[in-house]
Amino acid sequence: MSKIKFKINNKIIEAEEGKTILEATKENDIYVPSLCNHTDLDIKPNCRVCSVEVRGQKRLLTACSTKIKEDMEVFTNTPRVKKARKTNLELIFSQHKEECSDCVWEPNCQLLDLAKKNKVTINRFKDRKDNYPTYSFDGVIEFDSSKCIDCRNCVEVCKNQGVGYLEVQKRGHEVKIVPTKNKNIDCIFCGQCIMHCPAGAFESKGEFETIENALKQKGKITVVQFAPSIRTSLGEEFRMDYGKVVTGKLVASLKKLGFDYVLDTSTGADFTTTEESNEIVEHIKEKKGLPLLTSCCPSWVRYVEFYYPELISHLTTARSPQEMLGGIVKTYWAKQKGIDPKKIYMVSIMPCTSKKYEIDRSELKVSGMPSVDCVLTTREFARLLKMKRLNFTKLKPAPLDNLIGEPTGAGVIYGASGGVMESAFRTTYEKLTGKKLEKLEFKEVRGMGGIKEAKVVIGNDSHKVAVINGLGNAKKFFDNLKKHPEKNDYTCIEVMACPGGCIGGGGQPLPADESIRLARANGLYKIDKNTEIRRAHENPIVKKVYSEFFDKNPKARQEILHTSYHRQKRGKVKII
Amino acid sequence: MKDIIKKIQDANLHGRGGASFPTTKKWEAFLNTETKEKYIIVNASEGDPQMSKDGYLLKNHLSEVIDGLKIALETFPESIGYFYLRKDYYTKYKKKIKKLTKDLPVKIFKKTGGYLAGEETSVLEAIEGNRPEPRSKPPYPSECGLFNKPTLINNVETFYVISKIAKGTYKNERLYCLSGDIKNKGVFDLKEGLTIREILEKTKNLPKDNNYFIQMGGTLGEFITPKEIDRPLQGLGSIVVYNKKITNPVLLAQKILKFSMYQNCDKCTPCREGVFRLREEFLKKERNKKILNDIFEVLEDTTLCPLGMLSGLSIQSLLNKIIDVKD
Repeated sequence: MSKIKFKINNKIIEAEEGKTILEATKENDIYVPSLCNHTDLDIKPNCRVCSVEVRGQKRLLTACSTKIKEDMEVFTNTPRVKKARKTNLELIFSQHKEECSDCVWEPNCQLLDLAKKNKVTINRFKDRKDNYPTYSFDGVIEFDSSKCIDCRNCVEVCKNQGVGYLEVQKRGHEVKIVPTKNKNIDCIFCGQCIMHCPAGAFESKGEFETIENALKQKGKITVVQFAPSIRTSLGEEFRMDYGKVVTGKLVASLKKLGFDYVLDTSTGADFTTTEESNEIVEHIKEKKGLPLLTSCCPSWVRYVEFYYPELISHLTTARSPQEMLGGIVKTYWAKQKGIDPKKIYMVSIMPCTSKKYEIDRSELKVSGMPSVDCVLTTREFARLLKMKRLNFTKLKPAPLDNLIGEPTGAGVIYGASGGVMESAFRTTYEKLTGKKLEKLEFKEVRGMGGIKEAKVVIGNDSHKVAVINGLGNAKKFFDNLKKHPEKNDYTCIEVMACPGGCIGGGGQPLPADESIRLARANGLYKIDKNTEIRRAHENPIVKKVYSEFFDKNPKARQEILHTSYHRQKRGKVKII
Repeated sequence: MKDIIKKIQDANLHGRGGASFPTTKKWEAFLNTETKEKYIIVNASEGDPQMSKDGYLLKNHLSEVIDGLKIALETFPESIGYFYLRKDYYTKYKKKIKKLTKDLPVKIFKKTGGYLAGEETSVLEAIEGNRPEPRSKPPYPSECGLFNKPTLINNVETFYVISKIAKGTYKNERLYCLSGDIKNKGVFDLKEGLTIREILEKTKNLPKDNNYFIQMGGTLGEFITPKEIDRPLQGLGSIVVYNKKITNPVLLAQKILKFSMYQNCDKCTPCREGVFRLREEFLKKERNKKILNDIFEVLEDTTLCPLGMLSGLSIQSLLNKIIDVKD
């Protein structure tokens, strides 16, 4: 690409041809606000907040949608631009009911930031949507339409996710975003609407009204586990760099909050890998039931159960890491500790909104108890820390509780797209060949590509695998296989609902875009690289629990580590 | 092939949909695209309550319109044609059009929405099965239009004129719709480029006194006073004459704002919210001038499509020339 020269505010700027004015201003640290613009989505350009003056043009042009041209003269801060920006922002605020104290964006709210920087009178007009309803999507995702600013990012991202649950209805000022009435479409709780709404109109259930329930449990022993991807995203809530590894501080903060025991879901992931790998080996040997589909992601599982029931039999029956760990805690671990499992209150800190749904699935109970009692998203956990005035950045790192202690590097990379596959094949390779795998990194399945394919050579056989993130990509992939069944010669397919995998999950800190997701993923791979044990089956805890418990109790192993699936009915929408 | 484009250029034909874009420019841009799959759309979906000329043409000159389409199809032989019709026109003329185009690669499509669904990029969205809402330009339809293929979309009157140009019978006529407090309402075939006074005189509609005002160019057009009638007509070919004695201009403003509020696509902030707030002001006893001016500015400067801009300009002219003027 060749570079072209043009001017912004009379200063000569060089930028690559084909870039937009907004991209060029960002590269050059020139302030142009934007709101509906998100690098994951199409340029709409709806909100008009990024309007700038271009010499020779009668009207203002939106910086997000206007490509730069040689010798173009752009002005970003003339009185005319500033005034239009201010008025348009005031009109946006006239739609948006402010409930800042429990907003998912707090303290990073772009709207408030824009208001401050542009001297906006946020209550110049009476809130037009004061009486607009709040919807609950089957009790998992909540949409407060009185906050909606009609940018439609949610509609687009939901469509991109291969779902299309959110619809635009009516016209003009009566326009509204509503959950569809189409019976063939259902929400799968991925929470990407939350991640792409600039106005905080979406949240997961309980955010943030009920987060303290995770702590206040009279007469209970509280055990907490935290997901692999949290350790490289939580720091963002405390203004630390994107992708910063904060595992030790995270453990310390959980202890400070008063949790009795702190465990790492990545250790649960090592169990998942062990079981999943057994299934892969079995299916490869028997040459049946292939391809095997991963099932760690509850949104993906629900997607299969609702949209592709014919694939249900291909899902691995191995439970997700949080469920395995919760189940082990309430059985083996409780026994070892001499604790009545009924007294255990198991909390998970997850990057995910769908995990809130997963813990309520009746198939995942252990001895009649739910394996996990409560899920907090990364955001909710950060909010809890702030409420308790914990100075996270200054905390001294603390170690995990032993008995179910350190995970392997393989368990940690579960948080990034491709991690499950990589971990599974590190183990599967050794199980099938009996040899040590020399090169542990499966670079082909890493990264932010939506559909990644690779061939894994094990002994004399070559196995085709695919790694997919973003359910829209999964839809494309499986619809294509439906059309061309002859192409379906995959051994294993990993699917994660969210872009980039769990590091881009619906419960993660805001904002998130591809560069942020990449930084979070890189943080996880860095941990893996620096961890001594990098194969799930070599985790001494895994070995110990199998030899002391599961190997002797195949029934318990089935009950605690495996699950079943069934066709899902459409969830209910309630106005709350 | 280029012959007809030359003729259109010589006739200095400007599109008759309201935007008055030079027709040759559209045709040349369309000609220069290399894609094989191309579309040509006849837009007969007038949604402005003041307009009835599309219907007039379908009723009286359908075969000439189709001749115009044929010329376009012959000029761009790999193209597929679409007849995009307002709902009532679809019901009335579908069979007739089908019969007249049975040997042509032409599909007939029923308009799916209101006023805005007649805007050219909204037409593309409608035919693709989406909500009829304007696209952001560029790219222009001639480069990337229907199903992302080059698309030539012209008003039904433009095709009618092209057939006349080809036959050599075009003498700079244009259709004008006259309505309001006048005697001779209807559609008139007169010369292009006439002033308001000339149009009123030729149709024997010029009021005798000065107790009137006029809106030209459609429901979202500019309001003018008797002093300004020597200006040429701009925008849609519509003139509405209002008798000052029996017209409440504030109610008229409310009516226009209601129209544009319900007909806008809701996509962009200034139009969706700004028009709503303008109407709010016009429903009050006292209007807040600062609010009005701020909103006029964002409508004029920052809306996504012309609808919002025109709404503001129209109301502004009504306010400044009629409502706020004390006689």
